[in-house]
Amino acid sequence: MIKKAGRNTNFKVGAILLCLFLILLILSLICTPYDPNKMNTQAKFQPPSFQHLLGTDNFGRDIFSRVMKGAQTVCFVGFTSVAIGLAAGFILGAVSGYLGGPADEVIMRLMDAQMAFPGIILALVLITLIGPGSVSTALALGVTAVPRFCRITRACFMQIKELDYIKAAKSRGASVPRLIACHILPNMLSPLIVTATLAFSTAILAEAGLSYLGLGIQPPQPSWGKMLFEAQAYLLTNPWYAFIPGCMITLTVLGFNLLGDGLRDLTDTKTL
Amino acid sequence: MRTAAYLIKKLLSASVTLAIISLLIFGVFQLLPGNPATIILGVDADPLQVQALSEELGLDAPPLQRYARWVAGLFSGDLGRSVRYQVPVIELIRQSLPVTASLAALSLLVTVALSVPVSIYLAKNNNKKLPTFISALMQVGIAVPSFWLAILLVMVFAVVLRWLPSGDFVPFSQSVSGALRSLILPAAAISIGTTAVVIRYLKNTMLDQLSMDYVRTARSKGLGKNKVLYRHVLKNALLPAITMLGMIAVDVLGGSIIVENVFNLPGIGRLIISGVGNRDFPLVQGLVFYLALTVVVVNFVVDLLYAAVDPRIRLK
Repeated sequence: MIKKAGRNTNFKVGAILLCLFLILLILSLICTPYDPNKMNTQAKFQPPSFQHLLGTDNFGRDIFSRVMKGAQTVCFVGFTSVAIGLAAGFILGAVSGYLGGPADEVIMRLMDAQMAFPGIILALVLITLIGPGSVSTALALGVTAVPRFCRITRACFMQIKELDYIKAAKSRGASVPRLIACHILPNMLSPLIVTATLAFSTAILAEAGLSYLGLGIQPPQPSWGKMLFEAQAYLLTNPWYAFIPGCMITLTVLGFNLLGDGLRDLTDTKTL
Repeated sequence: MRTAAYLIKKLLSASVTLAIISLLIFGVFQLLPGNPATIILGVDADPLQVQALSEELGLDAPPLQRYARWVAGLFSGDLGRSVRYQVPVIELIRQSLPVTASLAALSLLVTVALSVPVSIYLAKNNNKKLPTFISALMQVGIAVPSFWLAILLVMVFAVVLRWLPSGDFVPFSQSVSGALRSLILPAAAISIGTTAVVIRYLKNTMLDQLSMDYVRTARSKGLGKNKVLYRHVLKNALLPAITMLGMIAVDVLGGSIIVENVFNLPGIGRLIISGVGNRDFPLVQGLVFYLALTVVVVNFVVDLLYAAVDPRIRLK
């Protein structure tokens, strides 16, 4: 497995990119070069230098420190939304796949209806209702991720529950929770992990988009999407400012996508 | 007979989906704690104003009656008045629809026009250096946020080269070519991501098809490589790609919502963002329903198209 992983370019590049992201994240938890929210009107729009590695923004805040803090935001929104999507999607998908019949029909219709919205619109509706902010962004993106997890869970359940060893466990008198926890779940871990990895990158992109529109993360909390919005006004005079957060988003999303693709190839799972 | 049954089945399932969507959209706005009129106007609003707005929104009626009224409005095009703009919602939609529709159509066109030839090239030259590099580039194309791409395109083509406008939409009524010119950069920003997704998919299906037995048979009876590719493999690879059209349409719509805001285009995307920002519930409700309707209709058409070109689907 490890040998195979070494030969898979997608997996290797993805893992390297995510390691860099993790290093940045861990460093940001220990300390940042400057206070990410400290304004300094004397030092507005400084180009990258040894003092400010990535320069300063329109308020004289250190961009590198803000990028580091932004990694925490990405991580919070990503993990929370994937956890919500995974938990709700797994339960719905398990009910749907295990029971079948009318329950399956109802749940799948609901999922179809939700799939008819572009994810960003669903998130926008939820944010209209609960107001912007990091928690509601994570919640909204979590809800949009549910159908994805629901469908993959349902497909796995339908496939696995027909296998002989499940029938054997059932005839031995295993309870349904035991059946799911000890026999079905371990056999569907890899598709779930692959889906979660890819859902993480979707969440990062969506968070950046919402924050760019001013409806996601609220200032002064740093967010890469919000930084892009601020940078856009100074495109003519300070093009590097718009360059940095965009690169960060792209590289992180690329990392998760490549890792997900690599894992899928390595474990030979099919995703929906 | 079977064709008619298939058609009815698909029509029925589309209607059920729409009914659920309308219930969801309506229901989700009822979940709101407190009086929507107070939320819209703010807690310090004049009670008389709140009273007037509640009446205008029809909040005094029971929920079921309000739902019936809203659904009837969806059919007749009466979605109520926008709280922010004080004009009928349908009027606002009518004004912004041409921009978004042409942006989406242009993006879809670019996606199809680019992805088919490029994926043929990639499948033909698999494992060579340049194609491998292009495939890697596609991964980046999927990861780049469309609005950052939009900003970069503005930087290059509008600011540095001054070839294309960076905003300031020219209405179609003034100049069609001017309107199209201002849609080129936004369409490019949206379609790079979708093109990358389609190319990856098409290339993989073509490679799968190329390893099939029928290809070997066709080659062994003396058919040229290109003939096999264009006449047999492409046909079989494009078929499943039709189902992707629905997915791409969702992506394009979602992408145009953000990208319209980058270029300040007066389309549905800007309208919905202003609706969300101002908590303009009638506007958001109506817009979201019509967007979902578009997606359902596109998926329905895709299903029919797929069944029309591939008899195996409708006869199953």
